[in-house]
Amino acid sequence: MNAAYEFVTGPLAWAAWGIFLLGSAWRLVSMYQLAKKKDASSLAFMDWGFSLRSIVNWLIPFNALGWRKSPAMTVATFAFHVCLLVGPIFLAAHVMLWDQFFGISYASLPDNVADVMTLVVIAACLYFAGRRLAQPEVRYITTGQDWLALVIVLAPFLTGFLAYHQVGGYELMIILHVVAGEIMLAAIPFTRLSHMVFAAFTRAYMGSEFGGVRHARDW
Amino acid sequence: MGIAERLIEDVGLRRGVSKLTPEKIERIVNAVISGETGARLKAYSETCMRCGLCAEACHFSQSHPDDPSFTPAGKVHQTMGVLLKTGGRVDADFIYGMAQLAYTECNLCRRCVHFCPIGVDTGYIMSTVRRICHKLGVTPQYIQDTAHSHSAVYNQMWVKDVEWTDSLQWQEDEAREEFPGLRIPLEKEGADIYYSVIAPEPKFRTQLIYQAAAIMHAAGVDWTMPAHPGWDNSDMCMFTGDFEMMGRLKRRHFESAQRLKVKRIVMGECGHAFRSVYDVGNRWLGWRWHPVPVMHAVEFYWELIQQGRITLAKKFPGPVTVQDPCNIVRGRGLEDKLREVTRFLVDGDIIEMHPNKEHNFCCAAGGGVINCGPPFKNQRVAGNEVKARQLAATAERGVKTVITPCHNCHGGLHDIIHHHKLGMDLKFLSDIIYECMVKPAA
Repeated sequence: MNAAYEFVTGPLAWAAWGIFLLGSAWRLVSMYQLAKKKDASSLAFMDWGFSLRSIVNWLIPFNALGWRKSPAMTVATFAFHVCLLVGPIFLAAHVMLWDQFFGISYASLPDNVADVMTLVVIAACLYFAGRRLAQPEVRYITTGQDWLALVIVLAPFLTGFLAYHQVGGYELMIILHVVAGEIMLAAIPFTRLSHMVFAAFTRAYMGSEFGGVRHARDW
Repeated sequence: MGIAERLIEDVGLRRGVSKLTPEKIERIVNAVISGETGARLKAYSETCMRCGLCAEACHFSQSHPDDPSFTPAGKVHQTMGVLLKTGGRVDADFIYGMAQLAYTECNLCRRCVHFCPIGVDTGYIMSTVRRICHKLGVTPQYIQDTAHSHSAVYNQMWVKDVEWTDSLQWQEDEAREEFPGLRIPLEKEGADIYYSVIAPEPKFRTQLIYQAAAIMHAAGVDWTMPAHPGWDNSDMCMFTGDFEMMGRLKRRHFESAQRLKVKRIVMGECGHAFRSVYDVGNRWLGWRWHPVPVMHAVEFYWELIQQGRITLAKKFPGPVTVQDPCNIVRGRGLEDKLREVTRFLVDGDIIEMHPNKEHNFCCAAGGGVINCGPPFKNQRVAGNEVKARQLAATAERGVKTVITPCHNCHGGLHDIIHHHKLGMDLKFLSDIIYECMVKPAA
């Protein structure tokens, strides 16, 4: 078990972070090259001010018409994304790892808060899955890719929660947790999770068109 | 559920698919996707999280609440989604359904933009599907006929060159009885305003040219209209996916204005034509902005009123409601000017539709849908129950007139009002200005 733990937190971690960071950079650069080559008549209208205007307005819950018309989804997706990003970055156990491996230390969340955030992520995943099964307009457009993305995100939070609460054998569970987290990182550039890389730009483009050309709100 | 279960017989679509082979389909689909699309389509198809929020956006899905195949993402899922997944290995029957869906069940109104957190542009994706259909030769007969007309005579309605100038002279002749000094100045070099219209105006809404001339005359505007092709600012080729022809039309329009050395182009009360001149055609031609400044009639009337050049003899009796055309409101932000002009003209309240302004529901006629003709009319009207409810709510509050500064909205709303027996009148702003303005004598 020790050797396995060493492996998943050593070479495998480097590989996962490498795939995540280099893969994301490659996807961004190649997408930008493609845009320059094929989407010049769109790229020409990109505008910093209108991009930020759109991004900020969409980051305010219930501000956009779309958020207002689907309140349950709005609560779920905002809670999900905040907990998904903030929870793992400021989890005390993760902060300790940064300190242990790289000597980087920063503030962490109390464990009970992080625990609740983990539960929020798990609950949101179940809600998303429920929508995919029960809501006809979501079920109709759901593909295997969408289930894959959901499972990839759920896995590290579920295993992390079980490991913290010592359910199902801590040593096994923590290894599964690390592996699941690494799969998630490595999957970001190459699955639906790539919206983490691209959404700011698709949003910015729409904001630029609506702000600079259409003189209308896009939210 | 899905497009395959609601196919409508159309001669153009049927003849088009009869000539297809699997090899041709695959070749053309991939030629368009790899040759003409790039980062936008790639990013949209990859990052659409299939969340379904856009189901709330579309008048088609709101009017068919039990059928998810009418949602924006549902429409992409059945068309571009399949093309990308199969690499274009689909059969002719699939292309029939794809074409019917793209041409007649999406108005390219972009209301779904207000619902997509990622910023997916469904209108762009559906336009690209139409582009593929055009290259495959599978287009609805009626709209293809207008595209042919554009190709042959540079206007949408098969109006011959002599008929165009004859129509203008006819209107001038009629108008001079009411306004003895009125002219419709043809080919006047250096005029302030180049006034362009859509071909249905000389064809069957000639009174709109009469009214425009009367307003120009009363306001003392230095204006002109061209005697040669280029006068039609409409563009069904933009909607069939014939972008080459769209580019030629827009070039002709701009060059006609440049030839006359006018200061700017003012366009009549049409939404799609404004979209083609202001936003789409210029880009195809490689112009970031317009070689000649472009202005929609709503903004032009607003300017004339600001300058005190239109005075009213009476006000139009209200209350009224206002239809916000997507191409000039979501497409140009003219909602406030539209209301300011309306308030100037109307005695009484503006009873707003809900939602309104840039969040307004489409008329279901725009985007070339009404131009696909009678075969698809009932589906179009049924696809906009939500608009009927919006209108009925204002009618209950006493509204009898819908101010509608767009030809397609006129057509769409007319059919909805008639079908639901709402008993409301549709008016262009120019109808009301003409009716209420002080008419200069001699």
